[in-house]
Amino acid sequence: MVRADWTIYEEDYWAINSVIKELIENSNSTSVILIDKTGQLIASVGMEPEFDLMSFASLCAADFEANAQLAKLIGEKDFSTLYHQGVDESMYLARVAQHIILVVLFNKRTTLGLVRLRVKKAVDSLDTVLNRLFNKLEYENEDLKQFDAGFTEELNKEIDSLFKD
Amino acid sequence: MSLINYSSREINCKIVYYGPGLCGKTTNIQYVYNKVDPSTKGKLITLATEMDRTLFFDFLPLELGQVKGFKTRFHLYTVPGQVYYDASRKLILRGVDGIVFVADSQSARYDANIESLYNLHENLEEYKLKLDDVPFVIQYNKRDMDNIIPVEEMEQELNPEKFPSFPAVAVKGDGVFDTLKCVAKGVLKKLSQN
Repeated sequence: MVRADWTIYEEDYWAINSVIKELIENSNSTSVILIDKTGQLIASVGMEPEFDLMSFASLCAADFEANAQLAKLIGEKDFSTLYHQGVDESMYLARVAQHIILVVLFNKRTTLGLVRLRVKKAVDSLDTVLNRLFNKLEYENEDLKQFDAGFTEELNKEIDSLFKD
Repeated sequence: MSLINYSSREINCKIVYYGPGLCGKTTNIQYVYNKVDPSTKGKLITLATEMDRTLFFDFLPLELGQVKGFKTRFHLYTVPGQVYYDASRKLILRGVDGIVFVADSQSARYDANIESLYNLHENLEEYKLKLDDVPFVIQYNKRDMDNIIPVEEMEQELNPEKFPSFPAVAVKGDGVFDTLKCVAKGVLKKLSQN
């Protein structure tokens, strides 16, 4: 029996995916990535990035959290969005459903104004999907039965073979 | 925070290396990075000062093979050890699944170990966690140095609860994988017992 702190089921994943796919199309951005506050990657659509997505996710979460602390220091509750402007590529980050960060990568094919506008709508839709998911987890917290003792044993063997001098 | 993604068939877990400044947290992660099969590791991210002191964190994703169609990843993080980076340490602990406390065995660092461990307790409390709630392993590092404290004495002071512990010389790799294996297995065990 395995339980995680949180779990994404197939149906929720596709609901999330359809919102971020729509966002990438109607904002003309290059990639849209969804991560949680602890730096775990949830979903990614658009152009396959050339960089390591795992590292990108951990840095985005750290960036967002560091800025949230800065907000508190100056008396703000939060910075709900962040914008990093580059010469060619830029990033727009927005908080969704308290625990999640939406990251949009875009270039000169679009404008900050359009990205900001479309992100606002996407955040509302994602809020609904993710809050429904969190409620479901709170009430159901399903056991993940396919992960039995045999599963843990197999993973322990993997650990022994990977972590060695 | 462990995350199970049914659609991408992934399980992700977060392990944090904690401890006083210059105790060898980054050295542990660098050794792991240099030794594991390249196909299983991601990029090693280091946010450090020009003097190679950790400023925010180091990050290394490691991927186990597929079991029952699921890919399991461990994300290794270090915290900055220096006392005044406490805000950063707190952020890195968010969603932690397993903790390694790297203690410096040198007698001159005795107090720094105690202070750092106390600080870990305090920061976990912020997330309503206790050490008993999270798989926890202690590593007594720098056993090759002069003027070191005997392991038994360190155990008495730092580990009265008898959590698993390992002596180590992280620069040479001694004890590094024993520590990581122990905490990783602890994380999986916790995941399957909850």
